[in-house]
Amino acid sequence: MTHFASCMKMSTEKIQQTPLVDLHVELGAKMIPFAGWNMPVQYTSIMDEHSAVRQAVGIFDISHMGQFFLSGAGAEEWLNSILANDVKKLAVGEAQYTFMLNERGGVIDDLIIYRFGEDQIFLVVNASMIDVDFASFNKHLVDGLTLTNESDAWAGMAVQGPDAVDCYAKLFPDRVLPKRNGIDTWEENGEKCIVCRTGYTGEDGFEFFSSAESGSTWFKKFVDAGAKPCGLGARDTLRLEVCYPLNGSDLSPERTPLQAGLGFFCALDTDFIGAEVLRKQKDEGLVERLVAIKYTGKGPPPRAHYSVFSKEAEQLGELSSGAMSPSLKEGIAMTYLPVESAKIGTLVDIDVRGRRYEAKVVKKPFFKKN
Amino acid sequence: MSVPENFRYTSDHEWVLLEGEVATVGITDHAQEELTDIVFVELPEVGRECETEEAIAVVESVKAASDIFAPVAGEIVQANEDLSADPALVNTDPHAKGWIFKIKVSDPAEVAALMDAAAYSEFIGA
Repeated sequence: MTHFASCMKMSTEKIQQTPLVDLHVELGAKMIPFAGWNMPVQYTSIMDEHSAVRQAVGIFDISHMGQFFLSGAGAEEWLNSILANDVKKLAVGEAQYTFMLNERGGVIDDLIIYRFGEDQIFLVVNASMIDVDFASFNKHLVDGLTLTNESDAWAGMAVQGPDAVDCYAKLFPDRVLPKRNGIDTWEENGEKCIVCRTGYTGEDGFEFFSSAESGSTWFKKFVDAGAKPCGLGARDTLRLEVCYPLNGSDLSPERTPLQAGLGFFCALDTDFIGAEVLRKQKDEGLVERLVAIKYTGKGPPPRAHYSVFSKEAEQLGELSSGAMSPSLKEGIAMTYLPVESAKIGTLVDIDVRGRRYEAKVVKKPFFKKN
Repeated sequence: MSVPENFRYTSDHEWVLLEGEVATVGITDHAQEELTDIVFVELPEVGRECETEEAIAVVESVKAASDIFAPVAGEIVQANEDLSADPALVNTDPHAKGWIFKIKVSDPAEVAALMDAAAYSEFIGA
């Protein structure tokens, strides 16, 4: 029997360790390689970890992600020429979801930027894209601006769930968690901490960054305060239930954010790399769209790369993401379909090992918190 | 970690219980513990012939699909339909209610040649 066959890849890339690796092993995590990092996929069970985040509070190691710092006069204007969203709309103390696009309007990376000051921006990028993003930014960097890659210096953890706020209060009784999408930072005992009220699960919660050296201490403190350790397995099922895209599957250099349904985050009235392509695409109309589909009956878990067919047996594409939703107990997936087949209610077939299972295009997200 | 004495075992973590000509097959406690969260079982077709070590069923956890291999050659005579409604039986009761299929063995000696409980325990480091 092949264990975890679909997520372990034989790779010659070097495997990096986050500052929390020893703690994960101590907590009983099953470790797997992910984007060149040795990461926990689960500690107890993906279903239990998923439930903990939906009903209480869970904690994820996100130290593998990248942290860049940008400063200098004109930072806003420069960043606006590179990233798709409008940095002018980003107030001090707040976060903004945005994209770095290529010349074709395709997605190099999706990232969140946070504003510490007028000309001070903190950027958090995907683990798989740290070097590529940094090189891309540097290619366009202008005099007067400083961009540093501090990814190795920081540990990060995401604390997510309805009880996340209480968990924070237990550790920081004298601090107030920033409001949704807000960021706070402080220095205590010579150590800098950053906390952002953002997340990738669809629940309330925050992302906490500390020095790499004290990452384990903080992670343990949050666990002692009630946060259940959760791995990448649950992280994927949680984000998919709320239709958050994953770079490298739902987002790629071949497709634009408009096709992914994320045009809201692209300021088409400004000029950034790829803006022309997006404007043209908007004028001409989209040819394909990223849709949410759900099994109409029982079936094996949908997974990325399973083929999707029309009811007339014509191949339409393949799944970009898929899972058995722990909250809904149904097969859920995302896929790019030709616009003619992308209407809510359209029926398609998903091919799993040669058998076809029917699915229906549904409204996003699959799961909504009441 | 449960390793029943009266079963035989494969290196792919299947257990085999031969009664007369028919062997019941499932996956071991060790295997279900590794997989966790089994959400779907693709059962073999009843009546189909199979070769030793042929992939004939699939057990899916949240994270991965794992092949189940025929431990011996023979004909599938029954598949556990209870697993359609409740695939988690493979996790909760892997050695009894979580059985996967029954096979009419072509050669009972093939079963005897498989690992016994002691050998399997050693194999998994239990």
